[in-house]
Amino acid sequence: MSQTMNQTSESSVRQNPGFYALVTALAVMALGPIVIMLATSLKLNVDVMSNTSQLLFMPTLSNYETVLCDVLWYSPAHVEYCDPTFGRALKNSLIIAIISTAITLIIGAMAAYAIARFRFMGRGVLSGTTLMMRMVPPAVLLVPVFGIWTFTYCFGEECLAGSYSGIILVYVAMNLPFVIWILQSFIVQIPVQLEEAARVDGANPFQVFFLVVLPLIKPGMAAAAIFTFRIAWNEFLLANALLDRNTRTVPVTIVNSLTEYDIDWGVIMATGSLLAIPPILFTLFASRQIITGMTAGAVKG
Amino acid sequence: MTHRRLTPYYFLAPALLVLGFALLYPIGYMVYASFLEWNPSQRIGEATFVGLRNYTWLLQDESFRESLGVTLKFAAIVVSLEMILGVGLALLLDRSIRGMSVLRTVFILPMMIAPIVVGLVWRYMYHPTVGLFNKTLNAIGLESVPWLSDSFWSLTSIIIADIWQWTPFIFILSLAALQSLPRSALEAARIDGASAWQQIFHIKLPLMMPVLIVTCLLRLIDAFKVLEVVLVMTNGGPGLSTEILSLRIARTASEFRELGVAAAMSNYLLMLLMLITMVMFLYTRLSERRALRQVQLAEEG
Repeated sequence: MSQTMNQTSESSVRQNPGFYALVTALAVMALGPIVIMLATSLKLNVDVMSNTSQLLFMPTLSNYETVLCDVLWYSPAHVEYCDPTFGRALKNSLIIAIISTAITLIIGAMAAYAIARFRFMGRGVLSGTTLMMRMVPPAVLLVPVFGIWTFTYCFGEECLAGSYSGIILVYVAMNLPFVIWILQSFIVQIPVQLEEAARVDGANPFQVFFLVVLPLIKPGMAAAAIFTFRIAWNEFLLANALLDRNTRTVPVTIVNSLTEYDIDWGVIMATGSLLAIPPILFTLFASRQIITGMTAGAVKG
Repeated sequence: MTHRRLTPYYFLAPALLVLGFALLYPIGYMVYASFLEWNPSQRIGEATFVGLRNYTWLLQDESFRESLGVTLKFAAIVVSLEMILGVGLALLLDRSIRGMSVLRTVFILPMMIAPIVVGLVWRYMYHPTVGLFNKTLNAIGLESVPWLSDSFWSLTSIIIADIWQWTPFIFILSLAALQSLPRSALEAARIDGASAWQQIFHIKLPLMMPVLIVTCLLRLIDAFKVLEVVLVMTNGGPGLSTEILSLRIARTASEFRELGVAAAMSNYLLMLLMLITMVMFLYTRLSERRALRQVQLAEEG
């Protein structure tokens, strides 16, 4: 999809200033809540509770220091008792999201290659399956995944519930149909001659795949990576059901800290901001890939 | 090259294994579990088989019916409002305006951020005393609104938050659809002197219809999956006024500890989604045929 706007039928060269006003208003509305979160994360609770303006305050990093006290190289002066929960959750979230993204991409790309090149399963079946899988709400997986991961998938005393590998398996499975679907649409566009040339030079199918095909579908991989990472990073329900105190991810700790009656908004917004920063960065640097991924299912299929 | 024939299976095997173990088996398991009376401390073998009792019990359960009603109401309202807003904005802004690519980037942000964080930010903005909305209302001399503590307002509040988060999705897909319309039909209409409104209703919308239907379907499916945003904002309350089905499934499993009932409820939700998908697929087939005829007519005329 091209980023530039096509001239449309009523292609007037000068646009009514009203349209610019509308575009600006929409951008402000979309950004507003996010800006409020970031602003609140820089406020002391006194400022949050006071009746002064939303944007006039002394910014402070103390909320972030409270949240990250465990992983900072110094001990912040205002933190009397350092709660290691969040530092640990941040580490868990990173490990789980990165590993599940990597695994999903590799086995998803392999499956997509098989489907796109070896023509033994219709693309209709694939798009149908993708849509079917998209239909399954995470809440529907809650009971079976809890049951199986706690009681069936056990190796000796160790069960998958509570471990990194357990939740990673869930996220890989949840993301695979979409990743296969989007990657095969990129693989189909590669000229077969390239692979044939490599094969003539004596490369085996796996070398062809890893050395020729993979480098050519980088944009598709980027889109797939962002979507997979986002699901694994943001997911709450299944993580809450499967993980224990030590393996909990950030969304779970946020919900847990909300149950208390008296909410420290500054601290919780700092936590929320830290959770929101990776997706925000992806969006700013790769909005094009994200739009490709979003439209791939509907506009092409 | 005897192993040549096996190559596609080597490439597919990892993906098929993961999907089989972590998606298909759990779904089958859920169907089985829905016929059991089963609590989380039991192994599934110890649970008693009760046949269709969970299903019939749910049908006469007041809370389930109320929750189903809330879910249908929520999905119907958010999807229709978002379709009208999203498609309307796309039709309005499908022209060369500077800053459109910035708007598209900004518009993706609400969808990329964790639902937990979206819920958190809106809960803060709806806060009775420190929230932005009530502060603004008070500042211009109006009464505070019980955003999250009144059953009418809390449903309205989660609808507003959902519209904020998901209208951009429909906007971006509609814009992509608009920009891939065949130029010839639009040219022909303009030469024949069709007004802007006539072009929209007789050419653009019918031609966009296949994409719009898929978009609507994807959005509808996602509307039934909403959970985290509502969990953080209202936790289903006050009363059952915002207890959507996903949330009720999660609570039945973890709070009421009735895994069989939760599984039966999951099955009802899945069947509902399948029904919607099938109806919309049939409709797509019909409207595709109609759109094709429109193109032919437009080209002849």
